[in-house]
Amino acid sequence: MSKRISPWGLVAEFPTSSSLLHAIERSREEGYEVLDAFSPYPIEEISEALGHHHSRLPALVLIGAIIGGLGGFGLQYWTSVIDYPLNVGGRPLNSIIAFLPVIFECTILFGALTAVFGMLALNGLPRPHHPVFNSSRFALASQDAFFLSIEARDPKFSVPDTPELMNELGASSVEVVDD
Amino acid sequence: MEQSPGRPVLTAREPIVGESETVRSVTDKISRVVLQNGAPRGWWIGFGISLSLLGVFAVSIVMLLVEGTGIWGINVPVAWGFAIINFVWWIGIGHAGTLISAILLLFRQEWRTSINRFAEAMTLFAVASAGLYPILHLGRPWLGYWLFPYPNTMGMWPNFRSPLIWDVFAVTTYATVSLMFWFVGLIPDFATLRDRSQSVAGRKIYGTLALGWRGSAEHWHRYEMAYLLLAGLSTPLVVSVHTIVSFDFAISVVPGWHATIFPPYFVAGAVFSGFAMVATIAIPLRRAYGLQSFITIKHLDNMAKVMLATGLVVAYGYMMEAFFAFYSANIFEETMMKLRFEGPYSSSYWALILCNVLVPQALWFRKVRRDTRALLFVAIVINIGMWLERYVIVVTSLSNDFLPSSWGLYSPTFWDLATYAGSFGLFGTLLLLFIRFLPMISIFEMKTIVPEAGTAKESEDE
Repeated sequence: MSKRISPWGLVAEFPTSSSLLHAIERSREEGYEVLDAFSPYPIEEISEALGHHHSRLPALVLIGAIIGGLGGFGLQYWTSVIDYPLNVGGRPLNSIIAFLPVIFECTILFGALTAVFGMLALNGLPRPHHPVFNSSRFALASQDAFFLSIEARDPKFSVPDTPELMNELGASSVEVVDD
Repeated sequence: MEQSPGRPVLTAREPIVGESETVRSVTDKISRVVLQNGAPRGWWIGFGISLSLLGVFAVSIVMLLVEGTGIWGINVPVAWGFAIINFVWWIGIGHAGTLISAILLLFRQEWRTSINRFAEAMTLFAVASAGLYPILHLGRPWLGYWLFPYPNTMGMWPNFRSPLIWDVFAVTTYATVSLMFWFVGLIPDFATLRDRSQSVAGRKIYGTLALGWRGSAEHWHRYEMAYLLLAGLSTPLVVSVHTIVSFDFAISVVPGWHATIFPPYFVAGAVFSGFAMVATIAIPLRRAYGLQSFITIKHLDNMAKVMLATGLVVAYGYMMEAFFAFYSANIFEETMMKLRFEGPYSSSYWALILCNVLVPQALWFRKVRRDTRALLFVAIVINIGMWLERYVIVVTSLSNDFLPSSWGLYSPTFWDLATYAGSFGLFGTLLLLFIRFLPMISIFEMKTIVPEAGTAKESEDE
């Protein structure tokens, strides 16, 4: 237990989503910046209160989909016109209309792959271990409890004051967790 | 907190989840099915039957590999027998899962929440059952990878002007996207199971699958974005898949197949049969697991309405098919249609009209839509009818195409029937394993629609 010199931060449990929302707003007013909230289901107001507005994901998916579509066309053009030109009933080698279904499917496939793997990459997942899991009650975050974390690297973070603020804001439990 | 601004307020309407359900009770009830030891007797009976049928499937496939496609009833002129009928039937069933999970999400139909998870699972397993048929039908299934464009020593590439290669791309894309959609939906629920599991193995397995999900607000934000984007991509995908399946027929010149009505009529038929299958599974399932407060009568009523609407589109398709055949003044089209009405397969044709057009009209009555037994009966009749539809389309057109001298009749053999029955074994086994080991209703999405979500949680019972 002598390693307590550098805690990762604190994890405070709140009984309701509205008390969590209130705590986020108050903590931000107090000047805390490195906050994160954890809830068993998505709550738009909490994301907004934490200032998550824009995501790069839609732009990435658009790029992925365009690459997929161009790739689908490129594959068909190269194989049908350049590498293996085959005269099928006198149709043009570059039968663009007949190529549309495959172009369409490749667009969707690459867009969807980008959406899934892009979301995981931007979220830093898979990541099996994270300091918040060191909190003894954190298993409830996926069930019916709401948590707020403030990291120790936040300039305003200090050990007696920040946990006290959490208690004032109605936290039902507050824990300082190690890295 | 108030209702999220983006979500419609449904308080004035019939509730889509039992009013006594809370965030905690939803978590308990759904995860208990997975985490408790043992399974209800009905599950074991179903699993026993499914596993036996899976055995039948395995034997049929071994027979096919050893003897070749000669064990089936296919021959010239009807070279597309049960294999293609079953392929189209199974893949059509899958479409309801995507429709429920993607299209109803985009239309913000919140009632989809309690049925989308198992409908998506049904999609995956139906696509798996469907996908095997064209491969088995190849004659040399071990060369199935020839379907894909890959650099090879033969110096050849697939012919991209053929609808059959479009089908390869459509079905593989559909299977991949459906799998990802399903898995992404499961991630937060895996985290719940990880945190609730009492056993080391459970924690390890669900923990690995959860990918370290911790419910961070920023993660949820991106997660919902990704889910919405996937829904937006899946919506045109699901329409394209059955359109391309219909191209397998419509791009040809065979009488009865070469019709512009095919794509919309196939897509409507797919949704029709898919919703019938969802109802066929949901009605016994909610009873066996006591899920009546999650999958309510309101859900069944809504599904019945979708069946009625798509059934009418399909009926219009049958009418137009017949009208075009006679209006075309093309002797081959006319003869084919006359033979459908009164030829060797007329009993199948009229049975299909009975199952798909006449019986579903019972769904106009609220009493029928809200009576689980009556609805289950109609749904099973529709499943049979949709299979007959594909049988009629595939067999009648091929058996009487152009020259009467090359006409020929088709009848399935024992192995055709065994392979078809066997694919139910594959579907059933996968579905029952899913019900046993994964949450069949999305836990986190249910939490967003319980009456309590949004309002402050009162009693604390830690």
